[in-house]
Amino acid sequence: MLPFLLRRILIAIPTILLISIFVFALQKLLPGDPLLVLAGEERDPETLAFLREKYRLNDPIWMQYLAWIGNALQGDLGTSLRTNQPVTELIAQKLPVTIQLAVMSMIFALVIGIPAGILSAVKKGTVTDYIANFVALSGLSIPNFWLGIMLILLVAVKWQLLPASGYVPLSEDFWRSITTMLMPSFVLGTALAATLMRHTRSSMLSVLSADYVRTARAKGLAERVVILKHALRNALTPIVTLTALLFGELVAGAVLTEQIFTIPGFGKLIVDAVFNRDYAVVQGVVLVTAVGFIFMNLLADALYFVLNPRLRGH
Amino acid sequence: MLHLKTAMITALLSATALSASPVFAKDLRIALQSDADVLDPDQSRTFVGRIVYASLCDKLVDITPDLEIIPQLATSWTTSEDGTAITMQLREGVVFHDGTPFNSQAVADNIERSQTMDESRRKSELASITSTEVTGEYVIVMNLAGPDATLMAQLADRAGMMVSPTAAAAAGTDFGLNPVCSGAFSFTERVAQDKIVLTKFDDYWNADAINFDSVTFLPIPDTTVRLANLQSGDIDMLERLAATDLTQARGDDSIVVDSAVSLGYQGITFNLANGEKGDNPWGNDKRLRQALSFAIDREALNQVVFDGAFAPGNQSFPSSSPWYNTSLPVEPANIERAQELLAEAGYPDGIDLEVQVPNSTEPLAVMQVVQAMAAPAGINISLTSKEFATLLSDQSAGDYFASQIGWSGRVDPDGNNHQFATTDGGINDSKFSDPKMDELLNAARIAGTTAERKALYDEATAIMLDELPRLFLYHVNWIWAYNDSLKGFTPYPDGMIRLEGVTWEE
Repeated sequence: MLPFLLRRILIAIPTILLISIFVFALQKLLPGDPLLVLAGEERDPETLAFLREKYRLNDPIWMQYLAWIGNALQGDLGTSLRTNQPVTELIAQKLPVTIQLAVMSMIFALVIGIPAGILSAVKKGTVTDYIANFVALSGLSIPNFWLGIMLILLVAVKWQLLPASGYVPLSEDFWRSITTMLMPSFVLGTALAATLMRHTRSSMLSVLSADYVRTARAKGLAERVVILKHALRNALTPIVTLTALLFGELVAGAVLTEQIFTIPGFGKLIVDAVFNRDYAVVQGVVLVTAVGFIFMNLLADALYFVLNPRLRGH
Repeated sequence: MLHLKTAMITALLSATALSASPVFAKDLRIALQSDADVLDPDQSRTFVGRIVYASLCDKLVDITPDLEIIPQLATSWTTSEDGTAITMQLREGVVFHDGTPFNSQAVADNIERSQTMDESRRKSELASITSTEVTGEYVIVMNLAGPDATLMAQLADRAGMMVSPTAAAAAGTDFGLNPVCSGAFSFTERVAQDKIVLTKFDDYWNADAINFDSVTFLPIPDTTVRLANLQSGDIDMLERLAATDLTQARGDDSIVVDSAVSLGYQGITFNLANGEKGDNPWGNDKRLRQALSFAIDREALNQVVFDGAFAPGNQSFPSSSPWYNTSLPVEPANIERAQELLAEAGYPDGIDLEVQVPNSTEPLAVMQVVQAMAAPAGINISLTSKEFATLLSDQSAGDYFASQIGWSGRVDPDGNNHQFATTDGGINDSKFSDPKMDELLNAARIAGTTAERKALYDEATAIMLDELPRLFLYHVNWIWAYNDSLKGFTPYPDGMIRLEGVTWEE
């Protein structure tokens, strides 16, 4: 297993480099001059010229890229054009926020999605199955921003049960932090739960018709044991990969949900950065999320080995 | 028994004392529409940044709601006979947040920083100051290249904000990460896109007027969510309530709504001679632009898009401004006149116009209404919606025919006109050029009295409304909504939130 993982890590390095080149080039293709945004309403030509020089915007693109990657390899991701804050500091501020949101959303997704998937597979063709499917379809179809605003208006404004929006660090006030994050993670979690439910259902259905399940039933095992111990364990393997990938996506930020609930995470950071043509920030965030995504992929591969004894020999 | 009685009275007395003391220890939470940029008055550019400065950084002078210049750090000032020198008397006993004393040398250092720092965005605002002289601990003389009627208004904004010279010298261009000024509150913490926290400065010269222990500014971009936060009590105040949310906010008894007409404007800028695209019928013939202006019912536009909450406008100043040319009021739509003008210009069967518009809700709604109003006159408007940074660079490069854009406005009338309408103006994206206009706007910069300036701007406005390089549509109203426990807030046309005298009474 180790040589396999090592190989995967080595392959990841060129992937990350390619991503960084791609994103850099894409940003330069964007119309709009970062300095016009940066110069403010007055656009003093002298200041513009100075800033163009300072941020090396007169250099050819490949030189700009080399300068960036050179610094990045030394751990310096540059400074934000907009706030003058170092990009590493911005990322360090937002990473815990994004991870907390991702973990809480994933908990919602797993707790709702997997039992619902099992239930609808076992009760295939019954009313329970149709209801579960209908709910899953709704979860996928209801736009996050709409659900978010409705929840805020009902739960926070009308019933005054939870804070309307914002973010409180876990270290500052544990309960307030959790309660503030409940609604946004529910919104994100329900959408993911739908995906998980659909996959669990189909995976369970294929496993339930396998020979060894019939054998287990023929042995006279209780149905509960057959489903939870024999069928589910095999059905879960693809779900683990899916969960890891979905988690990777969550780390990349949930733009709309973060915007509605005013959560200062990656999604909001990168969207604001793109609008302001804040190149260094976009570049830094993409790099970090790409690394995160690749790491989650590796983790999924590693979990495969753990869950599936047949693979361990290879 | 007696002891018990005494104890009870004591307890009662202390309880009364507690409830009678002003409700301190209150952290005021204010929601902003977006996150501020760098917190250095010399480098910053955003409107919300200025709202933070109103609590963080004092200025040499301030304005009244009626746009008169009043003392802040400067207590009085006189202009020399020939208008080339301003002598300022400064407030004594003021210190910066780091303990550095405020005096005339500090003012000189600040002006030098604004004028010479490479990253400074304030250079053009202070361009008329050629040198400063420290003539006493609290007296400073500013020597000017020539009379400058606009300077005092500049000193009432970012150019007049005083930062600690010690901190500025130590931090250089990184000053914005930990700003040190002399305002009512000092900088505590900032988490980008999350919050900016300021704490009451105990040595503030006007500390008695400040009734909050701290202020937290929270950027909440979604207007509905901003209001929801106010209704749920998570914030105490918000700026820029959406006009369409007014009814809901007014229906809530625990919320107070205040507003003031802004100093800026929204309108359509035409390309007259900016690059090849300037050579088009709309850029070449003012009668077409006049026709469009006649086709628009500005009052209806305001009603339809903003529920009547804003101010219809046809000049660079709102009609509430002392600089408004009252002989040229907002006219109702006149489709017949618009059609006549089109025919005179040689387009009796109508003409097309492509307008670029920022891709956000309000500008799009405004232009869709304008589109509908122009159609009966025979003007077929097509809208190209662009993300703002792109729109701005296309406009600056001359890659447009007409552009829906606004201006946040300045206290002095010069700020709404000179850079847009003079031949060499820095933001003259129309490339409009008219010798008479240059003469009028330049003269208004140096004219001695307000009456003289008013006459010059009246004349300039008349030319603008005839030529229409910028077609004005409406003026935004700043709308604040706040918890009804908040007392003593005064709306200002510059949209700032001034906390002097504001209290919290449960």
